[in-house]
Amino acid sequence: MSAWETVIGLEIHAQLATRSKIFSGAATAYGAAPNSQACLVDLGYPGVLPVLNAEAVRMAVRFGLAIDARITRQSVFARKNYFYPDLPKGYQISQYELPIVATGAIEIVLEDGTVKRIGVTRAHLEEDAGKSLHEGLGALTGIDLNRAGTPLIEIVSEPELRSAKEAVAYMKKVHTLVRYLEICDGNMQEGSFRCDANVSVRPVGTEKFGTRAEIKNINSFRYVEKAIQYEVARQIELIESGGKVIQETRLWDPDKGETRSMRSKEEANDYRYFPDPDLLPVEIDEAYIEAVRATLPELPDAKAARFVAEYGLSGYDALVLTASRDLADYYEAVVRAVPAQPKLAANWVMGELSAALNKDGQQIDSGRLSAERLAGLLVRIADETISGKIAKEVFEAMWTSGESADALIEAKGLKQITDTGAIEQAIEAVMAKNPAQLAEFRAGKDKLFGFFVGQVMKATQGKANPAQLNDLLKKKLPG
Amino acid sequence: MHRQTLTQLAADLRARRVSSVELVRTFLARIEASQSALNAFVTVTAEQALAQAEAADRALGAGRGGPLEGVPFGHKDLFCTAGVRTTCGSRMLENFISPYDATVVSRLRAAGAVMLGKLNMDEFAMGSSNETSYFGPVRNPWNRALVPGGSSGGSAAAVAARLLPAATATDTGGSIRQPAAFCGVTGIKPTYGRVSRYGMIAFASSLDQGGVIAASAEDAARVLREMAGFDPRDSTSVDAPVPDYLAGLEQPLSGLKIGLLKEFFDTGLDPAYERCVREAIGVFERLGASVREISLPNIPLSVPVYYVVAPAECSSNLARYDGVRFGHRCAEARDLEDLYKRSRSEGFGAEVQRRIMTGTYVLSAGYYDAYYLKAQRVRRLITADFARAFGEVDLLMGPTTPTPAFELGAKVADPITMYLNDIYTISANLAGLPAMSVPCGFAAGLPAGLQIIGPHFAEERLLNAAHRYQRETDWHLRIPEAYA
Repeated sequence: MSAWETVIGLEIHAQLATRSKIFSGAATAYGAAPNSQACLVDLGYPGVLPVLNAEAVRMAVRFGLAIDARITRQSVFARKNYFYPDLPKGYQISQYELPIVATGAIEIVLEDGTVKRIGVTRAHLEEDAGKSLHEGLGALTGIDLNRAGTPLIEIVSEPELRSAKEAVAYMKKVHTLVRYLEICDGNMQEGSFRCDANVSVRPVGTEKFGTRAEIKNINSFRYVEKAIQYEVARQIELIESGGKVIQETRLWDPDKGETRSMRSKEEANDYRYFPDPDLLPVEIDEAYIEAVRATLPELPDAKAARFVAEYGLSGYDALVLTASRDLADYYEAVVRAVPAQPKLAANWVMGELSAALNKDGQQIDSGRLSAERLAGLLVRIADETISGKIAKEVFEAMWTSGESADALIEAKGLKQITDTGAIEQAIEAVMAKNPAQLAEFRAGKDKLFGFFVGQVMKATQGKANPAQLNDLLKKKLPG
Repeated sequence: MHRQTLTQLAADLRARRVSSVELVRTFLARIEASQSALNAFVTVTAEQALAQAEAADRALGAGRGGPLEGVPFGHKDLFCTAGVRTTCGSRMLENFISPYDATVVSRLRAAGAVMLGKLNMDEFAMGSSNETSYFGPVRNPWNRALVPGGSSGGSAAAVAARLLPAATATDTGGSIRQPAAFCGVTGIKPTYGRVSRYGMIAFASSLDQGGVIAASAEDAARVLREMAGFDPRDSTSVDAPVPDYLAGLEQPLSGLKIGLLKEFFDTGLDPAYERCVREAIGVFERLGASVREISLPNIPLSVPVYYVVAPAECSSNLARYDGVRFGHRCAEARDLEDLYKRSRSEGFGAEVQRRIMTGTYVLSAGYYDAYYLKAQRVRRLITADFARAFGEVDLLMGPTTPTPAFELGAKVADPITMYLNDIYTISANLAGLPAMSVPCGFAAGLPAGLQIIGPHFAEERLLNAAHRYQRETDWHLRIPEAYA
């Protein structure tokens, strides 16, 4: 039992899926040629002014409502002042004292199945900075301002996360939410969803927070877990060997699997926040909030609860299947086609289908295997045309061919043998071919039952109905 | 021809009594002849102006053209003009050519105004004497030993010497009204939000407002009518209809309630200047206005509030001049910090650097509450003082400046004395109110200015009062002898 308690707070940056930037009309699409999507406003040219993108506000309000937060009726944009080459204006427009989304909460499910409520301190709108490019430029630094002015929502949690795993569960939940709300594409490789982790440790049973380190810009769930684990171990080791944790910003190095110091508190910028005089306060009234609320989709918690109630799924299965809206929609489409088999559908979607998608690096909405085609296979399992084992073979073929289950079963002659006479015939042939094993079995070597199942299956190319085969062998083998 | 007002010139152009090319040639010749003496222009765009004048003449010949078609005009050199450099009076932007036009520039072009050049100004509009310009000081046409005022010194001097019938200007703490008073011309700073700030290089965003310097209130109304109005590219511009400022000019002033700003007549006001202002008030009384004294107790705090708020905003607004994307870049930067430090130290003059440092200080952790927040609170008190006053009177009046124009170099060494020159003008910016300066006589041979302040969006009332006054007086028609 560790004598230390971990305290984690996350600041998640989610890029809002608006078509244009938060304060200009330039496009936000990823991957364009450097500086091709930066207009004069993004470049911070003399005389230009920001104009707030109403869609970004709507998206932030959607998020606020989804986490049951208070929406600030009059939120204010502030300037965060610092010099950096990829920050064209010399300040970032953000929100400081009056963020658009005030306190809310997000529920996560812990490993033991219990539900924990994590407080969200605030969520505010801000613009992203550009990017500094170093590769292929020798000693020079290139600046790409395509990302400058891209709208972000920064979601700040209370320091209520108590382990790396909880932090990951929380981050995944936020990831799920923003995609349900269609306010962020969630693409972590492209940096659309990333986080900073504030990590500290304190002796178990104490109230006072330890000194925290902030790990910047982590862009995968796995790295969040590893970075926090590393940082916690580092801090404990440091304290136990008589040292002191200093407040600083650290970077996660995925190659070395460690965090390292970036800058200390003393070197930290004084951001000199003040209200941006170029932008009016954002006024939000009740009517607007209600209009946005009316457009909210069924949210993951509600959907999971419904899956348990309506389809008799376990809490765990419901959680997995509602992790994304596309997955949940797919599952429900399958169930609509085989209404009597919600559990079978859940097993196949979470099992074979997920494995195949993973293996090929595809998403559920790739269209590779439609819900209707998968349902066609499940119908044949349910009506015992094929066994579960054969079904896996058929699934493989469906995955690569695009054929329907029925067509494949027919073409390959995979239809299950349920004719008792045919199965008996096969059993008898196997018994005749293996007199020695038969004698051993009858002498008490029960384990050989499996051998006979295998032999008959082999003889019938796996098509014998397994339950029938079992029953018949039990009758016939003892003699 | 140059003695005519913009109103007369526009009418002559429309009636084809004069061509735009003739007018532009006349004024270009005057600009050229005066440039070494006055230094009112940073850039003269003779070729483009003549080409534009020819186009204007064709349009007028065909019975087309905007309300200012063919009228020679100039822009303060902080309004961005596509293809023509916009220096902001700074070495930092010595060679900066804007890729776009400010909204004010495109609106005036659409109205037919022909740009003859860009007018000199204090660097980044920071100054009250036009001595901070990287391109050298502008001289006062009434006496070349004197400053023209600032920061729109080029605009005021050019109109006073009739190098142009009118020009744009901007006012953050008095930068339209103070030089208008020093040069004996008419200037209006509209309500904050009335004129788009898009493309107007920022000094202090919550105070900056574009306006006009012209020979008369009627001319100013004619230009402002074209400039004003909502701009979707400026979130602080107000989406409200623009009245026809010309339509209300002749309204009689009987019944008009004028408040004399008590605090503006306190010690420090030059006695001869005060006599001019009081005589002007007498004219309004004769026109049927009633006059009473009004006290705005928080007004004396305007200068300290301004010198917290304006530098704070400027320190942030000017952060973009870092030598990375545009503007001055130092030679042979060793590293990033060296690039920043040297580009900015070389590119900005002393006054700009002083304000950036002041602003950085007042926004810093530990000082923000004591300076910036407190200044904003007092700013609200000043605004409330004005709101109370306008519950009792229609317009407030007083002197524009405490003294007439002073000598070049007289205040350069003492920034505080220089700052106090704006003591009467700053409060209107803090409250976002429209305000004018109108020539009201001569104090020891130098122009004095009557300041008129109105409630938000009362430009029509201001222009009406100024116009009626100018029908009774001829101070605004006086031209310095050397330029007559």
